Amino acid sequence: MAFYFAQFLTGLASAASLFLVASGLSIIFGVTRIVNFAHGAFYMLGAYVAFTLTERFSGALGFWGGIVVAALVVAVVGVLVEMVLLRRIYHAPELFQLLATFGLTLMVQDIVVLIWGPDDLLGRRAPGFRGAVDFFGQNIPSYDLFLIALSPVVLGVLWLLFQRTRWGVLVRAATQDRDMVAALGVNQKWLFTSVFALGVFLAALGGALQIPRDAVHHALDLRIIVEVFVVVVIGGLGSIIGAFVAAVLVSELNAFGILIFPKISIILVFLVMAVVLIVRPWGLFGKPEAAARRTPGLTVTPWRPLAAGERWASLGALILAAMLPLFAGNYALTVGSEIAIYVIFAASLHFLMSVGGLASFGHAAYFGLGAYGVAFLAKAAGLPMIVSLLLGPVLGLLGAAVFGFFAVQLSGVYFAMLTLAFAQIVWSIAFQWVSVTGGDNGILGVWPDKWASSPANFYWLSLGIAALVVAVLRVIVFSPFGFALRATRDSPLRSEAVGINGKRVQWTAFVISGTAAGIGGALFAYLKGSVFPDSLGISLSVDALVMVLLGGVETVSGAVIGAIVFKAANIWLVSQTDLSKLVLGGFIVLMVVAFPKGIVGRLEAIWNRRRSSEDKKSALATSRVEVAE
Amino acid sequence: MSMVPTLLSVQNLSKSYGGVHAVRSVSFELRAGEILALIGPNGAGKSTCFDMLNGQNIPDSGRITLLGEDTVGRKPRAIWRLGVGRTFQITATFPTMTVRENVQVALVSYGRQLFNLWGSTAQFARNEAGRLLDLVGMGAYAGRPCGELAYGDLKRLELAIALANQPKLLLMDEPTAGMAPRERIELMRLTARIAREKSIGVLFTEHDMDVVFEHADRILVLNRGSLIAEGSPEEVRGNPQVRAIYLGEGLVYDARHREGAGA
Repeated sequence: MAFYFAQFLTGLASAASLFLVASGLSIIFGVTRIVNFAHGAFYMLGAYVAFTLTERFSGALGFWGGIVVAALVVAVVGVLVEMVLLRRIYHAPELFQLLATFGLTLMVQDIVVLIWGPDDLLGRRAPGFRGAVDFFGQNIPSYDLFLIALSPVVLGVLWLLFQRTRWGVLVRAATQDRDMVAALGVNQKWLFTSVFALGVFLAALGGALQIPRDAVHHALDLRIIVEVFVVVVIGGLGSIIGAFVAAVLVSELNAFGILIFPKISIILVFLVMAVVLIVRPWGLFGKPEAAARRTPGLTVTPWRPLAAGERWASLGALILAAMLPLFAGNYALTVGSEIAIYVIFAASLHFLMSVGGLASFGHAAYFGLGAYGVAFLAKAAGLPMIVSLLLGPVLGLLGAAVFGFFAVQLSGVYFAMLTLAFAQIVWSIAFQWVSVTGGDNGILGVWPDKWASSPANFYWLSLGIAALVVAVLRVIVFSPFGFALRATRDSPLRSEAVGINGKRVQWTAFVISGTAAGIGGALFAYLKGSVFPDSLGISLSVDALVMVLLGGVETVSGAVIGAIVFKAANIWLVSQTDLSKLVLGGFIVLMVVAFPKGIVGRLEAIWNRRRSSEDKKSALATSRVEVAE
Repeated sequence: MSMVPTLLSVQNLSKSYGGVHAVRSVSFELRAGEILALIGPNGAGKSTCFDMLNGQNIPDSGRITLLGEDTVGRKPRAIWRLGVGRTFQITATFPTMTVRENVQVALVSYGRQLFNLWGSTAQFARNEAGRLLDLVGMGAYAGRPCGELAYGDLKRLELAIALANQPKLLLMDEPTAGMAPRERIELMRLTARIAREKSIGVLFTEHDMDVVFEHADRILVLNRGSLIAEGSPEEVRGNPQVRAIYLGEGLVYDARHREGAGA
């Protein structure tokens, strides 16, 4: 019994950090509607800076002062980020800010290694809380007890801040209706900056307070951000008390899950999140989101199929790409195949995101399922390549059909989080079900048949399938179904009122998108000759998001360009520099600021402007002629 | 009149929220080709009534018979399939499509082609969409992005969308809200003309009494959830209970009416 109680207390102590970081994320989202992916990076920075400060300054004051100063320093960094970067992109399409903050996260990962080195750092114990308390034979670190006491205090302080100060009232008002608060003459700029500063301060404090418990290392950010997303979604976005309760819930699930179900401990948390989202889509303490106002930046230029000239140009580009084996070596061809596969993957997500308005944060699940499908068929069943390639993606289709059914019941950020949860569940299964999937060691020896094994042949195969998938998806965009899907995205009210079953349309789109991703994954398995849980992982899902947003989410096929640019830059940078993440992150941030509509979106805007000015010129000419007559 | 079939029959419709009776035992009928106005002060229960008719809200009790079918508990899209067109108080259209495509989506749905993955929407029912747009005077705007339209034009586009399923009944929630006075008259004249030509029944809520008295064949007056008057514009205008609610407006219209009669 005493053991379980000790375990319970450990869970509560872990909840403290989680709560701090999650409440910060929640506050920022509530007011600015930004899903701050860099929140984990700020948490990690807080830990690193606190490590340095507490090492430099001795004594109790040095330690506690160091922790608070570290949080303040990182908050200042946060303010700079908000003023220099985020302010420029508040009006970019939804989720674009996510891309920018993801770029920041990449940069921070390399920066901390540059400054603090790649090794784990062990911080000082907290003065006054070095020992442990004996509880019926169980040692409970006294620092844990301090953390357990701290989180209700922070909760209370935040509550007072939001209920009793003018600033807090403004923040709550802005959480409910930003536009109204702006209309009442509140300086929104500074409100956003201060909210961002508070959120980052809380994240950094959460990181700093962890140093006596945990080693500081450069992978802390991704580990915490996923957990924090889960906490915020279970608790309800924008709710502080929700963040508190959910942080405790998630930490206890982790603490006891590992005892009771060691095999599925990772899945447990995501399973709970999925159940909460399905039963109470806006979280335990959240409120149902009011109908969103029209997204700023939403394009008013309707899509149209390619004109004849553009069709020839695309065909020309494809032929040009097909001539690569004539002059490129084997390495370049392998890179080319990989890029073609990523084009398939990005196009599949793009279809769901831009046409369906559904941003999946876990699209790698269907890519990876396609890859595992091929691995099972080729390795276990020994089927020939052509059959495996055709049947492998069926696993992606099935996964998309099951998860998609639940996911399309939600929308917006909640849809994104549920898809993330599903992807994590699939990843955990692949990771932990060693007897079937090989776990971390993956499945090796998935080699293509002889006809496709030369780099040139495999490149042509990948290129051909990529072109086919992109073309088919484009046809679907302009098909009656594509219009029904866009109608559901544009106005759920109107589409229901013209007899469209929005959920079923979205579900179908999800299945189409998942199948296309599975096709990419199937090729990927043959390209690499193996399958690992990585092909289902979060970072691959994020890569897909980046490619889509980079290409331009408001375009029909922008993801193709996004995938080529991103993947080529990525592969090239990794081969050129040790600081590839820093450069790539900086590149993404620059792209976001320079091209808030994505590369293709930007090109289209220039093209349209030129065309309309030509129209005006010709109109002017006609009117002159008329006057002359 | 008795030869004309009943499109919509509402019997003892009730809905309450907590202790508030939003709609109390409301009954009425609507016949083909008839234009029926549902009026009442703010909070009278017009919107609740309307939402129950088109399936967005489920009544606590009562019956709604639409074209011979009981529609209580059916989804809006199912009611649309029965032949009910709908316009909203704040227009709901598809802003990223062209004007023509907006109508084509409705036609695609009417033609049960929603899950057709391979056809070209551009060619789908293009002529039919053009005819509907011409009907509401929007033919010249067919290729324009819907997001660029002025509000009055959006209202007309919405009417074209609502007519796409060749409805027998149009439900219009404050069709002229937010429009300039001249546009209001034009839109309602247009609606009335189409309704008479195609023998469509129209039920609309409205705050503008000019519009109501000029176009409605019959008027229902709701107050605090209950139907307090029903009849021709003249009957309703003369009803002392209605006057008590609409005192200011009633006098104005009475005066204007006399002026008009004098001239």
